[in-house]
Amino acid sequence: MEELSALAEGFGHALTWYNVALMVLGITLGVVIGVLPGLGGANGVAILLPLTFSMNPTSAIIMLTSIYWGALFGGAITAILFNIPGEPWSVATTFDGHPMAQRGRADEALVGAFTSSFVGAIFAVALITFLAPAVAKFALKFGPAEFFAVQFLTFASFLGMGRGTPWKTLASMCLGFALASVGLDGVTGSLRMTFGYDELLNGFKFLVAVIGLFGIGEILTSMEDGLKFSGADAKLRMDAVIRTWKQLPRMFGTFIRSCIVGCWMGITPGGATPASFMGYGLAKRFSKRGHNFGKGELEGVVAPETAAHAAGTSALLPMLTLGIPGSPTAAVLLGGLLIWGLQPGPLLFVEQKEFVWGLIASMYLGNVVGLIMVLTCVPLFAAILRVPFSIVAPVIVVICAIGAYTVNNSMFDVWMMLAFGVMGYLFSKLGYPLPPLVLALVLGDQAESSFRQAMLVSQGDVTVFWSNWLSGSIMTLGVILAFWPLAQGLMNRFGRSRPAAA
Amino acid sequence: MRMKSWKTIAKRLGLAAGLGVLASAPALAWEPTKPVTLIIPAGTGGGADQMARFIQGVIQKHELMSKPLIVVNKGGGAGAEGFLEMKASANDPHKIVITLSNLFTTPLGTGTPFNWKDMKPVKMMALDQFILWVNASEPYKTAGDYISAVKAGEDRAFKMGGTGSKQEDQIITVAIEKETGGKKFTYVPYDGGGKVAVQLVGGHITSSVNNPIEAVAQWRGGQLRPLCIFDKARSTYTAKVTEAQAWGDIPTCAESGLPIEYQMLRGIFTTKNATPDQVAYYEGVLKKVMETPEWKEFMEKGAFNQTTMTGSEFEAWLTAAEARHRELMTGAGFVAGAK
Repeated sequence: MEELSALAEGFGHALTWYNVALMVLGITLGVVIGVLPGLGGANGVAILLPLTFSMNPTSAIIMLTSIYWGALFGGAITAILFNIPGEPWSVATTFDGHPMAQRGRADEALVGAFTSSFVGAIFAVALITFLAPAVAKFALKFGPAEFFAVQFLTFASFLGMGRGTPWKTLASMCLGFALASVGLDGVTGSLRMTFGYDELLNGFKFLVAVIGLFGIGEILTSMEDGLKFSGADAKLRMDAVIRTWKQLPRMFGTFIRSCIVGCWMGITPGGATPASFMGYGLAKRFSKRGHNFGKGELEGVVAPETAAHAAGTSALLPMLTLGIPGSPTAAVLLGGLLIWGLQPGPLLFVEQKEFVWGLIASMYLGNVVGLIMVLTCVPLFAAILRVPFSIVAPVIVVICAIGAYTVNNSMFDVWMMLAFGVMGYLFSKLGYPLPPLVLALVLGDQAESSFRQAMLVSQGDVTVFWSNWLSGSIMTLGVILAFWPLAQGLMNRFGRSRPAAA
Repeated sequence: MRMKSWKTIAKRLGLAAGLGVLASAPALAWEPTKPVTLIIPAGTGGGADQMARFIQGVIQKHELMSKPLIVVNKGGGAGAEGFLEMKASANDPHKIVITLSNLFTTPLGTGTPFNWKDMKPVKMMALDQFILWVNASEPYKTAGDYISAVKAGEDRAFKMGGTGSKQEDQIITVAIEKETGGKKFTYVPYDGGGKVAVQLVGGHITSSVNNPIEAVAQWRGGQLRPLCIFDKARSTYTAKVTEAQAWGDIPTCAESGLPIEYQMLRGIFTTKNATPDQVAYYEGVLKKVMETPEWKEFMEKGAFNQTTMTGSEFEAWLTAAEARHRELMTGAGFVAGAK
């Protein structure tokens, strides 16, 4: 139990008044950054990074990681209240979080989101505490074939999610892939589908699309419904925390599943966004209440939030032990480490014990402090819904526009966001599901480049995906999941005498 | 001389800048009248990003500029996004950009209408090195060993990982292929240098040409082995990096029978119509940055070649570097079809 004594020492370094004050400051800033769409955790950390150069490295990273925790917590707030994902990983939170808010259960959704974020993070920190070296070795096994297998599994776990016909899901996903392929092709280094427009060099930014599709689309839909906000009659009750916590134990299976998915995606590194989609997809498939997902089910908030936070936290592990960032924010923190004179990599745990264990201890503390802070603010957040829609709507549009602008400091993105807003409205009118489009947009180009890298390595041999047990088993699992709805449908149709497949 | 007058006038100009009238008068030294934007034509976390944010930190810590310096990433289209913004803001001297080799490779490889002459060169900060790395568990001790193995092996059996496509890493790979007796590498492009180093440790590729800073952690951890450095002389840093070796102990590639030299520009440019005073202002700030102890430490950590140039010397260097990239990329067939 060498780790425990090292951890105790770490708490000694982290638990000073100065550091706790930095933690509170960082989390507050992080929540604000998380709430504002566009201004992501990575940007927030990058903006504040230079401020920390005069601090000692332990305090500096405590403050910066606290911003990160805050952003992870904060992303859920606007997702639930206004259907605007503040961060990419809170897209999946909108699927059930916003319907809950519309039914006057915003407070429960918020408490559920914050609590499950916390659970996911603590699970991931525990993993970092005790298994860091072993886990780091596992991450090294991931080459292009393995990465593609994981991305394929994410898509597979998501198939058949839409409420419409599978063909509409497929159409939506294909449109997502098409949009994802605009811009620079990383494998050949040439431009694709930019049609000579410089504005399209950057491709369609995931956040711009999402802010438009969800945020603006939602406003358009509500306007049609007569300018009223259905969450407005929510009663403010102060027992939201206890009420929600009572419901959580029966979601034990979902918590465990999402924690594992999240940690795995964070380490490999797939990132928090795919983790949240995969967590949601798997919960929908395997939970008893899966058929209710999308209509305002608490479990549909818990699943993606747990996975996203577990992934966001465990993404720091490959950064510390291997020097590869598991997320954009981790990439900026990595730059910070170098500037503070620390060299992330295999030797960090040996040479910089005080820093590493101080950081790990601060992860526990930061999440506890963060949870307390956001939970106490739940009634405040929920009360925003009581403001009349005619006042809130313009504010939301302005926030969306600022968010879309901040992603790339480009006015073109704001127009793009409005176009996506109209598209989102049309999609919901015509019964096309948005999630598959969004998933393809965020993962499409990654999956494409992993696939093509794997093909380069294997000289065009597709069996490379089954060349070792790791990618082979993930791919097989993916194929099974992809054809599960089809098999289930066939069984229901032709084999009614046999027991149901579920 | 210029520095002296610049200093004395700087204070008075604080007032002048407030009025916003005298600042544009050409006879006086120039000071920014609004926040200055430093554009990084690459994503967060990469080498250019690290250096830009480091410069920002040093400027802020030592209060070297009277107005804030804002750093933004504009990495779309292999950096074309950032460069096109510089080109479009030719009359706004409050924008500067940090460059990497995509200053030359992106216009050639993608056909984006852009050239370094669309900007005003300020200062070469340093040159980033490239090193040939293999996994430490491989038997190759020298670049010669490795090249003979490639020669003896099957065509495309050896996998070279690198950052991006048709960019510096692949250009070096193509240059190495001239020495391997017709045997080619399978070049696998990744989206970042850190990822390449880790893929090399995991054995998914056989070699890389990572920058020192991207692979130093794995070298120190005994997972990667440097074979040679693509410079004309060995590195001047002699402090031990691992227990046995310093950067200076890595032989040059030419010593090992691989006559290739390649370095990447880390330079700062401002917009095209900047006046000499404006260029001089940025030059002065950057000179002070380079005098700080933090900068020296940063240089050593990344084993940078500390060559620095300004003015016509820098422009001559750029002209030569552009011609060289054109030649290398044309030879490799990387130039986008002329429109």
